[in-house]
Amino acid sequence: MKKIESIEELEGKARELRITTLKMIHAAGSGHPGGSLSAADLLTAIYYRFMRFKADQPNWPERDRLILSKGHCCPILYAILADQGYFEKEKLMTLRKMGSILQGHPDRNKTPGIEVSSGSLGQGLSVAAGMALAGKIDKKPYKTYCILGDGEFQEGSNYEALMAAAHFRIPNLVAILDYNQIQQCGMVKDIMHIDPVGEKVKAFGWKVYEIDGHDMGEIVMTLEKAQKDTQPVFIVAHTVKGKGVSFMELNKDFHGRAPSDAELHAALQELGTVTSTQHPAQGGVA
Amino acid sequence: MAESVKLNLSFDTSKPEATRDGFGKGLVIEGKKNKDIIALDGDLANSTRSEWFGQEFPDRFFNVGIAEQNLVGMAAGLALAGKIPFACSFAGFLVNRGHDIIRISVAYSNANVKLIGTHGGIQIGEDGPSNQSMSDIASLRALPRMVIVNPCDALEAAKAVEAFVKTKGPMYMRLTRNKLPYFHKEDYKFQLGKADIIKEGKDATILATGALVAEAMKAAKELENEGISTRVINIHTIKPLDAEAVLQAARSTKVMITAEDHNVIGGLGGGVAEVIAQQQISIPFRIIGVKDSFAESATPDQLFEKYGLSYPHLVTAVKDLMKRK
Ligand SMILES: Cc1ncc(C[n+]2csc(CCOP(=O)(O)OP(=O)(O)O)c2C)c(N)n1
Repeated sequence: MKKIESIEELEGKARELRITTLKMIHAAGSGHPGGSLSAADLLTAIYYRFMRFKADQPNWPERDRLILSKGHCCPILYAILADQGYFEKEKLMTLRKMGSILQGHPDRNKTPGIEVSSGSLGQGLSVAAGMALAGKIDKKPYKTYCILGDGEFQEGSNYEALMAAAHFRIPNLVAILDYNQIQQCGMVKDIMHIDPVGEKVKAFGWKVYEIDGHDMGEIVMTLEKAQKDTQPVFIVAHTVKGKGVSFMELNKDFHGRAPSDAELHAALQELGTVTSTQHPAQGGVA
Repeated sequence: MAESVKLNLSFDTSKPEATRDGFGKGLVIEGKKNKDIIALDGDLANSTRSEWFGQEFPDRFFNVGIAEQNLVGMAAGLALAGKIPFACSFAGFLVNRGHDIIRISVAYSNANVKLIGTHGGIQIGEDGPSNQSMSDIASLRALPRMVIVNPCDALEAAKAVEAFVKTKGPMYMRLTRNKLPYFHKEDYKFQLGKADIIKEGKDATILATGALVAEAMKAAKELENEGISTRVINIHTIKPLDAEAVLQAARSTKVMITAEDHNVIGGLGGGVAEVIAQQQISIPFRIIGVKDSFAESATPDQLFEKYGLSYPHLVTAVKDLMKRK
């Protein structure tokens, strides 16, 4: 388990993971870069600063759990799991390829570290509530984290889970909404607005925090507080889809398509890894 | 709307085209004729092609967001208030998440809802099992009143849209994301519930649906080369199944297989088996489909080969059965 304390180093790690993610999606030739990039800072903080797990023992009963409810953003999670030692980094470049342990959407039977298969939106919060409830029954202190998409939050099932988690007073449950403003067809506010989402969730009986989901200091501080909350916790993380690569930011075109060779090259230049002479397609895994 | 002006509503039958594109055009064509047609989508309008209708008729298009239960429920309400709603999403999400609403508010209520599920089958490839749909036909086939159509080319999809508008009642159309060759010309007369013989033959029959019609035609060609005369029947309407055509084929050819991009349980093969078994017809028979397993991420071609759907598997099955004859 790699742990990082300093905010600056966490930021550096998030940048490195963004690079890996884009290379993976590029190599796969398809996938969803936008929502991976927007969740990068949140996931980095969770996995490198807060979560307790044993990568060589993925089913360690005392582990903290993370459910990627917005399963299409699995490349960033795979990049983290590999870096944390769940499987070899070489596997990352087999994403979406025949026979790979890294499926286009999370498969708990193929990938160590994946808690539940996902890819059909709107199921993760209920599953997370169930896992956290089991912890309550067994009097185990493990945390269950759940990453949700803002478009995904249009699914009615989320609200059933919100009700239940508050009703059963389920502790150690931390849901994080990656409020990156874009879904597949456009801006969330234009397609089916979810606001005022923080107030709505609060009305269901959750402890709600609203943060800048790219401010590592604020993310860490908020997750710190969440460790002590006894209510279920919901963090509305205001983010930018495609964060870190200017031409992907708030661009729905990069919801669900891989960058071309040239686009990858430009992206990696922005993220600060390649010199202009190096061709990105030849680069290994960051 | 700049894009809709560019939208070409004709069909170039010389080039492969996805059936979702045929649907997209068909809906615009029908939308011009009938003001009661409404399209709804669940944040996949660019993928399902309902977006084309939305660009042409913005007042009659509603993207309800990622909320398939509400998508189907609102469609039921619209239908019961006199509209002809087309509720569109990926087959897997629409049929599975929406299922109970389809069961009660649509089928049991006999609401005139047209369900459009694109990205059917494992043929979508790399996105993997969560986005592949291989139980949609089975689960809807078991719903009373539900009509199920699975077109084999873009033109047939467009003609099916016309039939959906003309015929009252709950109906489901399953569509492909991937391009398929054309098996029909502009003058094709699509008839709901009527099997479509696209190639005659007297030794073997392949009953195929959707994307597997293309594989069946390739298989038939190879079988002919080996001296096995093969009939290919396009079963575009899986329910109600054209039992007469099935029985006629079973009686007039020596062996029979079905082929579909779907689980071998409960789809076209299941329907055909129900018909022939209950007529006490004994014929060497095999169901070609995904053998009750979740597939995986890979290219469509790799998946078709690995999961037994590519044409060589059909050839092998027919030859195998011919030996048992
Ligand atoms: C139930 C369901 N409906 C539709 C989809 C197709 N789909 C995949 S991603 C997506 C948009 C997701 O938007 P959001 O939740 O905002 O995710 P992000 O922006 O973080 O990528 C859609 C509609 C799906 N995977 N599951």
